[in-house]
Amino acid sequence: MTVRMRFEKICWQAKAPAPQGGTDAFVCQPGVSNPRSYARRAALRMGIAALALAGSVSAQIAYDSPPDLLKLPERIHLGEAAGVATNSKGNLFVYTRTGGGNATLGASRTFTHGGSRLFEFDRTGKFVREIGEGVYGFLFAQAVRVDARDHIWVVDRGSSMVIEFTPEGRVEMTLGRKPEAVSDAGRGGRGTNPGTNAPGTGVPGDNFNRPTDVAWDGAGNIFVADGYGNARIAKFAPDGRFLKSWGSRGTGPGQFDLPLSLATDAHGNVYVADRANRRIQVFDNEGVFQRQIANVGAPWAICISPGAHQYLYSSNSNEPNSMEGGEIYRLELDGTVLGRFGTAGKRLKEFGTVNEIDCRNPNDLVVGEIANWRVQRIRLRP
Amino acid sequence: MHKKICLLWAALACAMPQFAQAPAETLTPAQLNARAKARNVPEIRFESAPNFLKLPPNLHLGEGIGVATNSKGHIFVYTRSQATRLFEFDAKGTYLREIGEGLYGFAFAHAVRVDSQDNIWAVDEGSNMVIKFNPEGRVAMVLGRRPEPGELAPETPEPYTFNRPTDVAWDAMGNIFVSDGYGNSRVVKYDKNGRFIASVGSKGNAPGQLNLPHTIATDAQGNVYVGDRSNSRIEVFDNGLAFKAIYDNVGAPWALCITPGPHQVLYSSNSNPDNNNSQIEAVTGEIYKMELDGTILGKFGHAGKKLGEFGTVHEIDCRNENQLLVSEITTWRVQKLTLDPVRRPQ
Repeated sequence: MTVRMRFEKICWQAKAPAPQGGTDAFVCQPGVSNPRSYARRAALRMGIAALALAGSVSAQIAYDSPPDLLKLPERIHLGEAAGVATNSKGNLFVYTRTGGGNATLGASRTFTHGGSRLFEFDRTGKFVREIGEGVYGFLFAQAVRVDARDHIWVVDRGSSMVIEFTPEGRVEMTLGRKPEAVSDAGRGGRGTNPGTNAPGTGVPGDNFNRPTDVAWDGAGNIFVADGYGNARIAKFAPDGRFLKSWGSRGTGPGQFDLPLSLATDAHGNVYVADRANRRIQVFDNEGVFQRQIANVGAPWAICISPGAHQYLYSSNSNEPNSMEGGEIYRLELDGTVLGRFGTAGKRLKEFGTVNEIDCRNPNDLVVGEIANWRVQRIRLRP
Repeated sequence: MHKKICLLWAALACAMPQFAQAPAETLTPAQLNARAKARNVPEIRFESAPNFLKLPPNLHLGEGIGVATNSKGHIFVYTRSQATRLFEFDAKGTYLREIGEGLYGFAFAHAVRVDSQDNIWAVDEGSNMVIKFNPEGRVAMVLGRRPEPGELAPETPEPYTFNRPTDVAWDAMGNIFVSDGYGNSRVVKYDKNGRFIASVGSKGNAPGQLNLPHTIATDAQGNVYVGDRSNSRIEVFDNGLAFKAIYDNVGAPWALCITPGPHQVLYSSNSNPDNNNSQIEAVTGEIYKMELDGTILGKFGHAGKKLGEFGTVHEIDCRNENQLLVSEITTWRVQKLTLDPVRRPQ
């Protein structure tokens, strides 16, 4: 990720240069010209918070974060904790950017391998095992989710793949295909969907360009947010057959600018964190736009809790080069803000660019942080 | 009466949207281009054995690029895993061992074949090499040379180097045929000791030319069948590499194999392309069974991720005519298929 500071704006380039002449816009948000100015920053933070709340006075939710949650073996370290999820037993799965990947020299092309690992911990945080060691699609971790059958799904932004593992840790199904070589990066990134040709619509199928997240409805249909290169949501039948996709790059209803996270509710509606447009868009099960929620900052990570009364959580994560924002919101599904908690920072209970939230238990969240290489369990006391 | 039939047809079309999509006129130009020309081909019934290959914990197949069997029925799988790796399984699918772990010539798998002496040959399109292992798994001979770092492939084809080779076959004398490949557009013939004899082919679509020779197989007479993938045709050459015939009605031949025995048959896979375009997948993915003269006996399978569906078949083993092994790219899988026998005209 490259970062530029320009006058009163903080701009970031969230992706590698787009292939074959595609646009590669910088994304900007209000920032500070002098990051060291504490007073200015504090005032700005309040301003952003006020802006984010958009008139609703949301309460701070009290919470704890037990220290030293994950106990790792001596020679295993987490890197950026891009993905975190729990299964029905409460076991924790962490998909982390560990580095250590390699690229081949002296070959017809340059091939890349490795760089991310998937670990399982029990509910107390004790290390259980590694899953998918050496799997072809593990390049640059983006997300991990666990479905209703306790299958573990990994979303990899480097290989542009979504990989389903059985609870035993065997590969069950793959969506997308890893680019064969470095020069092939960004496949599926052009507006080649017949009939539209709008940027970001992608190829009709599981040909992703740096996908970001996966979710399922009650019938087992699969939804993939795609992602950094494309700007669409793709829907697949439970057997992986492509059904449809919707969205293109833009700011209008049903358009996306970096759909970074998604979640479904019990009715099969699809909530998409449209990060650079600073809104959550809600679609019905067929992708018809319903409404948007635009008062929670830039949604980096969203999740919806199970149960009779579902809650929506959304993280206004700080950019890794910033200590602004960072709070997580708790909302009703209709967008009513119930409260918020946390702020950017490096200490326990503070957040370093939350990239995924697990809310299987609505008052016992698990968050994975990019900037802090950390997973925290967040016990809410609403 | 005519009106009634029309109404009935319309009702059927509405009730069954997939059925309504079937007429050719609704296909896009890209679909028409990808679809095999052969029509009204009989379907061959088949089954796929579930959970066939059993791997140790934390050992995973990546893209199922190559699959082959030896005379004992052992199965060899050449896979693009995190590194490119070659695994051996017994006939029941139980994991036996890894061959060539960390080998200099393993960069990006493309095919594995087993010769009549049970030597195992790996074709690697990343290292530009063809590697012969003896049955014990030791390197016995190598063809081609891995480029030194920064070295580019030669602009014109050379006798002893490849540019992304794809497959290997042998005749009864032990002469070696290599399809070469993505970078060059030719088939090269070597004697059994690896000495260059001849090559044929240049890039193009005229008879005898090739555009991505992706797979090859030989028959008992030593004729060479080349899957000319981007030209969507099979080209047949005699043992001296003189052009003989074209079969162009079975789609893009990604994978060919020829059965042993007195009556040989040819299998050819019109694999769904590995770019996961669902519209092209809808009209590709089937495997054809043919006589060596090109007569189509039947076809089976279609693109998909479920058991018994195909995710870009990349190699077929047909040592046993009605019990095939297929390896698939996009589904990271090897399937064992049992086919119903096809009754041939006497």
